[in-house]
Amino acid sequence: MSEKISKDTVSHVASLAKLELTDKQLPYFTDQLGNIMGIFDSLNEVDTNDVEPTFSVTDQINVMREDVADNWGERDQLLKNAPDVADGLIRTPTIIDESGD
Amino acid sequence: MNFETTIGLEVHVELKTNSKIFSPSPVGYGAESNLNTNVIDWGYPGVLPTTNKGVVKDGIIAALALHANVNQHPHFDRKNYFYPDNPKAYQITQQDTPDAKDGWIEINVDGKKKKIGIEEMHIEEDAGKNSHGKNYSYVDLNRQGTPLIEIVSKPDIASPDEAYAYLEALRQRILFTGISDVKMEEGSMRVDVNISIRPYGQKEFGTKVELKNLNSFNYVRKGLAYEEKRQRQILMSGGKIQQQTRRFDENNGTTILMRVKEGSDDYRYFPEPDLPSLDISDKWIDEINSKMPEMPTSRRNRYINELGLTDYDAMVLTQTKEMSDFFDKMIELGADAKMASNYLQGNVNAYLNDKQIDLSQTKITPENLTTMIKLIENSTISSKMAKKVFKAITEGKEPEKFVNDNGMVQLSDPKKLQPIIDEVLSNNQQSIEDFHNGKDRAIGFLVGQIMKQTRGKANPQVVNKLLMASINK
Amino acid sequence: MNFLNKDITSIHQSLVNGDITAEQLTKQAIENAKNNEKDINAFITIDEENAIKRAQEIDKRGINPDNLLSGIPVAMKDNLLTKDVLTSAGSKMLSNFKPIISGTAVNKMLDADTISIGKTNMDEFAMGSSTETSYYGRTHNPWNLDKVPGGSSGGSAASVASGDVLAALGSDTGGSIRQPAAFNGIVGMKPTYGRVSRWGLIAFASSFDQIGPLTKNVYDNALVLNHIAGHDEHDLTSSDKEVPDFTSEIDSGVKGMKIGLPKEYLGEGVSDDVREAIKSAADKYREMGADVEEVSLPHSKYGVAAYYIIAPSEASSNLQRFDGIRYGYRSENAKNLDQLYVKSRSEGFGDEVKRRIMLGTYSLSAGFFDAYFKKAAEVRTLINKDFQKVFQNYDLILTPTTPTPAFGLDEEKDPLTMYMNDILTIPVNMAGLPGMSLPAGFSNGLPIGMQLIGKPFDETTMYKAAYAFEQNTDFHKQTPKIGGDK
Repeated sequence: MSEKISKDTVSHVASLAKLELTDKQLPYFTDQLGNIMGIFDSLNEVDTNDVEPTFSVTDQINVMREDVADNWGERDQLLKNAPDVADGLIRTPTIIDESGD
Repeated sequence: MNFETTIGLEVHVELKTNSKIFSPSPVGYGAESNLNTNVIDWGYPGVLPTTNKGVVKDGIIAALALHANVNQHPHFDRKNYFYPDNPKAYQITQQDTPDAKDGWIEINVDGKKKKIGIEEMHIEEDAGKNSHGKNYSYVDLNRQGTPLIEIVSKPDIASPDEAYAYLEALRQRILFTGISDVKMEEGSMRVDVNISIRPYGQKEFGTKVELKNLNSFNYVRKGLAYEEKRQRQILMSGGKIQQQTRRFDENNGTTILMRVKEGSDDYRYFPEPDLPSLDISDKWIDEINSKMPEMPTSRRNRYINELGLTDYDAMVLTQTKEMSDFFDKMIELGADAKMASNYLQGNVNAYLNDKQIDLSQTKITPENLTTMIKLIENSTISSKMAKKVFKAITEGKEPEKFVNDNGMVQLSDPKKLQPIIDEVLSNNQQSIEDFHNGKDRAIGFLVGQIMKQTRGKANPQVVNKLLMASINK
Repeated sequence: MNFLNKDITSIHQSLVNGDITAEQLTKQAIENAKNNEKDINAFITIDEENAIKRAQEIDKRGINPDNLLSGIPVAMKDNLLTKDVLTSAGSKMLSNFKPIISGTAVNKMLDADTISIGKTNMDEFAMGSSTETSYYGRTHNPWNLDKVPGGSSGGSAASVASGDVLAALGSDTGGSIRQPAAFNGIVGMKPTYGRVSRWGLIAFASSFDQIGPLTKNVYDNALVLNHIAGHDEHDLTSSDKEVPDFTSEIDSGVKGMKIGLPKEYLGEGVSDDVREAIKSAADKYREMGADVEEVSLPHSKYGVAAYYIIAPSEASSNLQRFDGIRYGYRSENAKNLDQLYVKSRSEGFGDEVKRRIMLGTYSLSAGFFDAYFKKAAEVRTLINKDFQKVFQNYDLILTPTTPTPAFGLDEEKDPLTMYMNDILTIPVNMAGLPGMSLPAGFSNGLPIGMQLIGKPFDETTMYKAAYAFEQNTDFHKQTPKIGGDK
């Protein structure tokens, strides 16, 4: 975990996040990310055996909404503010890969 | 070389809740596009999900129906990927803490019973729907947030026929819980399939191939059978199976390569910070369990062992929960089991097929059908008359009233029938003689005369009995 | 006379007496804001028309003598959804985004009859400690225009400090309310996680984000929190605990209060004048009758490392929805779907946001989850346990808010140095505790802030201690270069 991140990894991460980096940006971000990740090593000093992770600090547990339908009637306004719509649908460039997830 | 097949099925079942899993928008996407959507369904900036209690409850019901262990401390996770029908670019699902684990259902293939294990079940949100035009694609988010249960089988399914039987058994059990319509044709049940084969005795599983576009149980069976054969041929000729996703072609029953999979997708799962974790009490589970509808297997056993029906009858009657509930209600009202079964499988099913509707969409009630059966049993009406009465029942009419209003009551009373018989006999001395001379046909003529006199209402059995007595005096 | 330099209670009196109308007050606020814009750039949007219309309505209805906030001009950080009013979160990505709803905290402020005069500048998507990453330009510190106002709620803090408004709402993920409050010599409260609904707050890191008030003084701050706190059915992480009146016993003093002074928060990296200011503050508390003792929070030093794994991870997921499809910026240069995603996001996000998205994407990606995200979440547990242990014996914890006073706008800063700025505030968000910053001194004309950290949902004790300190010091009475009495 201590080696700095490579340009290839940064490129891969950028593509996962749907970001593109120019040839100039790639070394710049790679350096910075490597730098930041340097501090992550300090966590290895901490013994976390038998420590449960904390993913949330809410005091709430088991709160749920009753199954009652309520249409907030926001459709028209949402569509009006969308970048591109047609016949009540959101329009996008053609989706080539049909597989979704 | 002999091979064994391992099939994995991931079944998505859409729940019939009132509202979506994480937003109060109504569930139901037959509506005008995007009508049932709000800011949450659009993944609007600054909005937050809220967990639908009804979905959590249905998750418990499904777990109980599939003999699985309910996870009492589940949380939700985010599965990250970009796609136009996935508005937040993450799906809220359960990765780390499935809703339930280690279930099983029993299947029956050619009389051989087998338990198929269920690895785990998740509750999660459905995506919207993309449609495709010439130069553009279009997104309708009505389906976004519809609750789903994903049911993942253990690698116990060893043939396409078992896969088919598993799906059928799974569909039936879910159907009987009432939490979903489980209709493949409407998308409320969807099946992802993977299959691998390996030489007998080999420990490791073979390379998995995923199949898509399997829109019916039959296609699942056909696609798997084709794939089993294809993979076998590759291995027999010394080839290697590639990790692929293949598409079933309905037209010629084959599978076609969609894409080769390299490594696995990186969904960057992590616990959903916007939703508090759940704490499902024993009390809640017990309460749900106490209200669980009886499952089809148990009903079938009861029909066979307690009501004396045949295996076949029991199977047909438990095809849907509606039919089975209807039948149970008739038994409760005192109908004869065999007659009720015959009528449901005969007239009722024929009527449903003819009209292309479900039992719930008709005006037929267990009460009316039971009454009709009793009228037949006590000879008030003949089975011939029953046809008219059944038609009346489908129109929502009460059988007793209908029979009375139309003067259809069968004449069975000997005190009323005897005078008519006497009259017919005295008018047809020749026939009596013919009878005594051994001409049996004469009886038929006399009965015909009596029926004519009573305009068809006379009970043939009673008439026969009285006539024979009179003629032999 | 600038009414906006007074406190809410006395202005309320003037409004009730008719010395000034809400309309006049609002116009003055807008005028101040406009005059200060060229120097400070605290606002992304000044919503003059709506604000004046609202003020007129409130005047017409009459100032409610029982509601201290009635007719009071305020401002909202630009990551809080305001219906029909641009809500950009300081990003090009949302530079055309006018929400169709307002968030819960904003609605509660409207229900309290405050008048929002506009939306304040901020680091893009609240990612930053200097308000320099905004698409709408940098905000300047009213005490010294060459210095940063802090961030990410830099615009909110500067608008209050420079006398544009009496209160502003900000959001705090790792210090974004407290650090700019410290840099601007005002009071900023980050309430307990769950105290204020996050519905309508554009998410940065969901398990840390909280909305809170920035005001000139402690009492005003408590007043605002009274109104925005409480359970919200739209935010399941919002607490259903009862909300007390934070002002009711605010003047009851600190006698007998036990205050912990964590040694790790006064160590290396903390400038001498800041350390001195906190030691003086500790002495002041002793003088007022509190027990102040050194305590230890040994795992807090890992806060920054753990935070910069968890927060960017959550952010990378939260910001995926900005894809150019349903709202916000859509690139004109896309020829297919993938380009639409990539170009909209690459053109719409600034460098800091991209950096954090990549950092988070990396931390969550296959093979790294356990080593990074999970490990950081385990360290988070240990940081929280340290606090719990101290709070078994202490009512409050006193620390500096920042290691140094405001730094220069044009200073060269690498990201890591910037991140270290939040070293003293981040552990509080890690543990979901309430933390507030209040003025505690000056260094070369720049304010120094001290941080009070409270037990979960015990903002009441923090306000008491803060109020006592304020009443016995006059740091809060000094006014900045921009926004003094004109």
